This record gives sequence, structure tokens and C-alpha cells, in this order.
Amino acid sequence: MIPQEISDVLKATFGDAVLESRIDGVLDPFVKVAPGPVKDVALFLRDNEQMLFDVLMCLSGVDYTGGRLGVVYHLHSMKRNHKLVVKTEVTVDDPHVASVESVWKTANWHEREAFDLYGIVFDGHPDLRRILMPYDWQGHPLRKDYKVPEFYNGMKVPY
Amino acid sequence: MKEFLIGIFQNEILVYTLMAVVPLVWVVPFALFAVWWERKISAHMQDRLGPMRTGGWHGWSQTIADILKLIQKEDIIPSAADRRLFILAPYVVFAGSYAAYAAIPFSAAYVGSEINLGLFYVISISSVVVVGLLMAGWASNNKWSLFGAMRSAAQIVSYEIPVALAILAVIMVSGTFDLQQINQAQSGWFWNWYVFQKFPLLFVAMLIYFVASLAEVNRTPFDIPEAESELVAGYHTEYGGMRFALLFLSEYANMFAVSAIAATLFLGGWNSPFGDFLSGPWWGLLWFLAKGMGFIFVQMWLRWTLPRLRVDQLMYVGWKVLIPFAFVVVIGVGFWVMAVR
Amino acid sequence: MDATMTQPTSVAGFGRALKTEEMVISMGPQHPSTHGVLRLELVVDGEVVVDVIPHLGYLHRCFEKHCEHMTNYQQVIPYADRLDYVAAMSSELGYVIAIEKMLKIKVPERVEYIRVIMAEFSRIVSHLIAIGTYGMDIGAFTPFLYCMRDRERVLDIFEQTCGARLLYNYMWVGGLSHDVQPNFVGKVKDFCSYFRPTIKELNDLLSYNKIFVRRTANVGVLPAEVALNYAVSGPVLRGSGVKWDLRKNDPYSVYDRFDFEIPVGEGKMGTVGDCWDRYMVRIHEMEQSVKIIEQAVEKLPAGDVQSAVPKRIRPDAGDVYVRTETPKGELGYYVIADGSASPFRVKVKSPCFVNLSALPAMTRGAMVADVVAILGSIDIVLGEVDR
Repeated sequence: MIPQEISDVLKATFGDAVLESRIDGVLDPFVKVAPGPVKDVALFLRDNEQMLFDVLMCLSGVDYTGGRLGVVYHLHSMKRNHKLVVKTEVTVDDPHVASVESVWKTANWHEREAFDLYGIVFDGHPDLRRILMPYDWQGHPLRKDYKVPEFYNGMKVPY
Repeated sequence: MKEFLIGIFQNEILVYTLMAVVPLVWVVPFALFAVWWERKISAHMQDRLGPMRTGGWHGWSQTIADILKLIQKEDIIPSAADRRLFILAPYVVFAGSYAAYAAIPFSAAYVGSEINLGLFYVISISSVVVVGLLMAGWASNNKWSLFGAMRSAAQIVSYEIPVALAILAVIMVSGTFDLQQINQAQSGWFWNWYVFQKFPLLFVAMLIYFVASLAEVNRTPFDIPEAESELVAGYHTEYGGMRFALLFLSEYANMFAVSAIAATLFLGGWNSPFGDFLSGPWWGLLWFLAKGMGFIFVQMWLRWTLPRLRVDQLMYVGWKVLIPFAFVVVIGVGFWVMAVR
Repeated sequence: MDATMTQPTSVAGFGRALKTEEMVISMGPQHPSTHGVLRLELVVDGEVVVDVIPHLGYLHRCFEKHCEHMTNYQQVIPYADRLDYVAAMSSELGYVIAIEKMLKIKVPERVEYIRVIMAEFSRIVSHLIAIGTYGMDIGAFTPFLYCMRDRERVLDIFEQTCGARLLYNYMWVGGLSHDVQPNFVGKVKDFCSYFRPTIKELNDLLSYNKIFVRRTANVGVLPAEVALNYAVSGPVLRGSGVKWDLRKNDPYSVYDRFDFEIPVGEGKMGTVGDCWDRYMVRIHEMEQSVKIIEQAVEKLPAGDVQSAVPKRIRPDAGDVYVRTETPKGELGYYVIADGSASPFRVKVKSPCFVNLSALPAMTRGAMVADVVAILGSIDIVLGEVDR
């Protein structure tokens, strides 16, 4: 299925949840979805016979500056051999996105990393804790406005 | 040798002490040599050179340098370790390995103790090593050491049985437990050696004994207790300096002890393979040491060739492969001996 | 004889179960076989592992944060080297392809062929380390030295080309940093004819050794559906029987011009998807890499390797996701550009990170010695896991 068809099916099925879709003029066509229904969209994309997106290639957190965070999902279907990019956006004050860990197990660690480095909270994740930073680290390092703390557990941080 | 020494000193206790120290004169330089030899053998098998510089010719004094380094190291005992057991463990291990030398005849003229239950004594006293290993693993207060010690205990205890059965086959053929008499029974040309008697049963017994003794001394493929890639160093992880040197020394002493027993039981001990040619008390010593070193070479060769067995596979090999074969050998030899008589 | 061991839970004659406790043991950050600084918390019941909890982050070097503060796109390349420091050429390749895609540059043919040759050499080098260290974990010390010996030959070729043995900064956006040395073709051909028999030697020594097979067959079985759900890739996925290789199924660079096969695990010694299958896939991949190198070096075209290198790298705003088949699996670079000279966001989808997340699924009912075997068969490099 070409990206235009996928986007049309998604818009038809989910209506308002699909906020935007860009097919032409970009290197990777993407579909933008609201943060709440992400899990339903994911289940549909994985199980629908024409879609069959069985592999979540990559899940990235992004800081779009201006108080907006985002999550970008890169999906791929082994059987139908097509790709799709799904994006969502949240604000820094309410950074909640539905977790897709129950849809693709690989999202477990990717979502932990996005939480660790950006502070995006994934609702429904079974074990959301930091993965790369120490467990008691304060702050979310990859945000654009992140200031490195001076002390960590009594040790001076910037040297 | 005992009579010779009594003639000089006239004091029996002094003579017995001297006789007890004689294997030490062999064991300690042997351990130094064996470590160097192992490094050279492993290096050449792995397409590299090994020690080349210490002392000049092919790094012959590498081990001496290592011992000097180990002697002057700080003695570290983990604060949460059980001090008394931690300190005692290497001595127990060494005592168990060394005590076996009491009954092994190095030559027609020398045997530490003329005990007529020599083999029985040797098998039982080498089990003291297990106690030492358990002490070392437990007292280190380190979960990985404990793992190593538990595995080691299970392994050594299980492999005592094929060892004992293989030795039993030889005892049936020789009719005696006394190692000196077993040696004398194999005198003559090399076809009198026990490995060629009751062929092929005693040959199989030698193979079973050799494999089981690898497990006794914790050598690959049975070196799970000190598996370097899993347990760092198993039961001797927390040991450093001279304590580690002592554990290492007792490992090589143990290796030579089991090789010496194999040489004595199966390859004729201090007998020359050519009958009366090249025989005598000093030649006998040379033949004995050479045969022991041959077995050591095979042990080292196997270490650098084979991967190691997982602990349950190791138990499987011991209980379900070696013991049935050993039973068959014992029964076969028993019938053969009775039929001949 | 399988990997599980039933635990006795009652002492004969007492009728009540003997109380056993599970022990939490830490295969700590410093351990000879965790291939780097990785902490595995094992909950064991005797020798049987009940749970494995990996703790990462010991080698986190803030690669993604650094990328955002670089003054230009080319500065990222030495950092990309240091992700998978064992196969650095492959790590660079994905990034430069991503930037070239954003700038819409087409690189000369010579650059493409040399890049393929270098990527395949780095595949050989990485698999040699994987196989050597795997043998060492299982207890066979000698194959490691043989692998290192062969690896030295490849590192010599790398050194003669770009001056570095391990971390190269060789692949630039639009070209390469140096052209290859004059007798490159001869040296590569010498290496290929030297290397084929050593693979056979490795097979004789390690692969079909009965003890090695016993340690690795039927251990750490990963079924294909579970593998896909965990987005596992590379030899781990192919070991589970899924015939998927980006070089054939989603070709990049000039891989579609070469003739090679994709080895897949068939469960010859045990079950499909066990450790032995993953190990054998790596051995066969080395043979296929030699095949690709020989073909590439035959057809190596002439040209200038720096003719397409742009003066300024300032892509238009947009994002791109490019994935390449590195020795560890599918390495993905998600680059967001905002029209300035430095990247806005570079996200690395690391194959080792994803493959490692499948570790708890593979170690159901395994023993402590098996955990070492399974971890070795996933072949992780902590630089890539933690970035």
C-alpha cells in the first residue's frame, strides 16, 4: 500500500484522532495523531489485514522547542513491505502519551528511554523508569532547556 | 633411601621428617616449572609466543618473577569474610593435595610411607581438598565464590566414584593396594605395564581414570568451579598475594599427584620400558617423572582445546557415562581374573 | 537433556517441602563475559535463573546531546564511529547515507564500491570478535586468539587506507577522507584467499565440537514471532529462521549489484533460534562477506573520492530515517534538520539495544552458565547499547 492509501484508511477509521498527514514534499511520509488514541491507532496498524505493521523500527522522543515534546514512531511491515511514520505532540506541562508496549514489545525499552531523556510519561507502561541515566537522576537531559545540575549525590557534576 | 638416611642420622624422627619433605623438593619447583610450561604450551597452540624475556631464554624465570611479586603483595582479607576459615582454606587445600604424595613411590628406593593400603589412603586423603575449596568459597563472602565452591564440591564428590572404580579394576589385577608392589609387578619390558594387561579393559580403565581425574583437579573441560568467564575466578576470586599463590601451587601439586597415580597404576611407574636397560633407582626416578609429565602435558593440551561443560552436563557425564562404563570394566576384569585363576 | 533442571522441593520421608530461597546475584558491571559494562541482576534458584533484569547506562556518553551542539554535520562522524566501536565503518555508513539523502547528493561509483568493501570488512571484523569472545565465554580459549590473528590482517588493510585501526572517521558526507592505497586490490585479494581456509579451521575447532554444541544447542531459543515483536534484527533475527537482510530486502548503496546469500538458522543441531543457530549465521555471513568483497574489488571503478563532498552542509528542514545492515543488526539514524548548520536531533536506533531487550524472553528457565552463553550469542557492544 502506498502512503496515501494508508493515510486515507487511517483518516477514515479514526477521524478526528488523525490531526495531519504529509505525503508529498517530505522524504518520509508521516501521519500525525493525537496522543491519547495512539494505542488504538497502533493496534489497528498492527492487526489490520491491509496494514500488518508488525515491526516498530524506532520510537524517538523529540523536543520541538516552544514547550512542545513529541514522539515519532517508525513502523514497518515485513509481510506487506511498506513503511509509515506516525508522529504525536504533547506539551511540556501535560506530557502524557498512551503506551504501545502491549502492541509491540520492543516499545518497552524505547519508551523508557524517551521518558528518561525527555520526561514523556507513557500511560499504561508496566515499568516506566529510567534506563540510561542513574535511577535517581533529576531532570530530563535531552530537553533543549536542560541545565546540567551542579551536584549529584554530593559529587560535583561539571568538571 | 630410608635405611641410607638412618645410617647417617641414627634419629628415626628426623629421618621420617626428611622423607616427608622430599616430595616438597619436587613439588614446588615443579609448580614453578609447570606454570611456565603451561604458558608456553598454550601460547604455541594459540599461534603466539608466550613469555620470552624474563631471564633470557624463552622467559624461563617468568614464574619466579611472578612468585616474587606475589610474595610482596598486600594481604587483603574482605572485611565481611570469615577470617579464620578464609585464612585456613588454602592450607587445607594444600594439605589435601600434598598428603597424597606420602604413598606414591617416586622410585624403587623412595616411597614416603611404606603403607600397604597405599591406594586406599590416596583416594581418601585427596577428598580433603573438597573441604578446603568449600571453606574458601564460603569464607569469601562473595556469591560468585559460593557458586564456584558449591559446583566444585558436587563435581569432585561425583567424580570420586569413577576414579575409585577404575582403580578397583587395577587392584583386582594386581591383588594388592600397595603402590610399591604394583610398581614391582609391572617390571620388565613395557608390555608388562598394566595398561596392556587384560586388554582392552584396563586401557578403558585408564581413560576413565584420566577423564575423572580431570574433574578431580578442576581442569577444563571440567573447570566450572573456576570458570574464568562466568565466575571471574570462582572460589579463589577474593584471594590475593601469597594465599592465591598457595592455592595455585596446590592445584599444580594435585595435577601432578593424579598424573603420578595414573603413571604408577597404568604405565609402570618407575619401571623402564626397556626392561633392565636404563633402570635403577635414579633412572627409575627419571622414568617416573617423565611419565607424570606426559600426563600433565595431555591435561594442558586438553585445557586449551576444549570448551567447558555446563554443570548439569558435567554431572551427566560423570554419573551416566563414566560410571556405567567403569562398572562394565570392573565386572569384566573381575571375571577375567577369576577365569585365569 | 535440556536446559531446564527440575528442583527437588521435598525431602523424602518428611512430606513437607524444604524451604528454598531465591538468591539475587549481580553479574555486575565488571565481569569477564558481559562484553562491556552491563549489569545483569539475576534472580536464581540454585543454578536455575528465575529472572534477568538488565541495568544499562554505564557507558552512556550523551551522543545524541552532543550531536545537537556540534557546529556542523561532519563533526558527528567521529562520534558515530564510537557507537559500535568494533565495527566502526558500518556505524559511519548509516549516518553519511542519511545526510546525503537529505542533501540529495549522489556520490561517485568508486565511493560506493569502496564503502561496500569497508562495510563488509567491518562485518568480518565484528563477527570475528563475536565468535572469538563467544568461544571464550563457553570456555574454549584458543579460537579467540585465532580470530584475533585474522583480524589483525584486516586492521592492517584499514591502517594502510586511512591511518587508523579501530576508529576511522573515514566516510565523509559525499565521499571518503582518503582514497585507497595503490596496491589495495592485491592486498584485498590476498586476504580473501587467506581467510577462506581459516573459516574452515574455525569450524573444525569450535563450531562442530561436541561440547560446544551441547552448550549452545537448544539454549536461549527465540521463536520467530517473538523476535519480530521485539523488533530484533541482524544475526539474532536470522538465527530464528526469518530470512530478512536489509542488504537484500531494502537495498542501500550498491548492494543490489552483488550476488550473495542470506544465511538463516535452520535448527540443525537443536531448535531453530537457539544460540548455535545465531553463531552459525555469523560464520556463514563471514563467508558471504568475503564473496561480496571479491566481487566488489573486481569491479572497482576509477574516479575521485572527494568530488561530491559539499562545501557547506546545510540541509533543508525535514527529517529522514535511514537504516543499514550492520554486523549487529539494523542500525537506524533518525535525523531531524532545521535548516541550520548543526543537526536538530539525531536519534540512533541501536540494534544491540533492541536485541538486548529480548534477553529476558530468551532466558526462560536457563541456568547461570546459559545466561553467559545467551548473552554472548546476542553479541552486544555496550557503546551502541548506551550511546
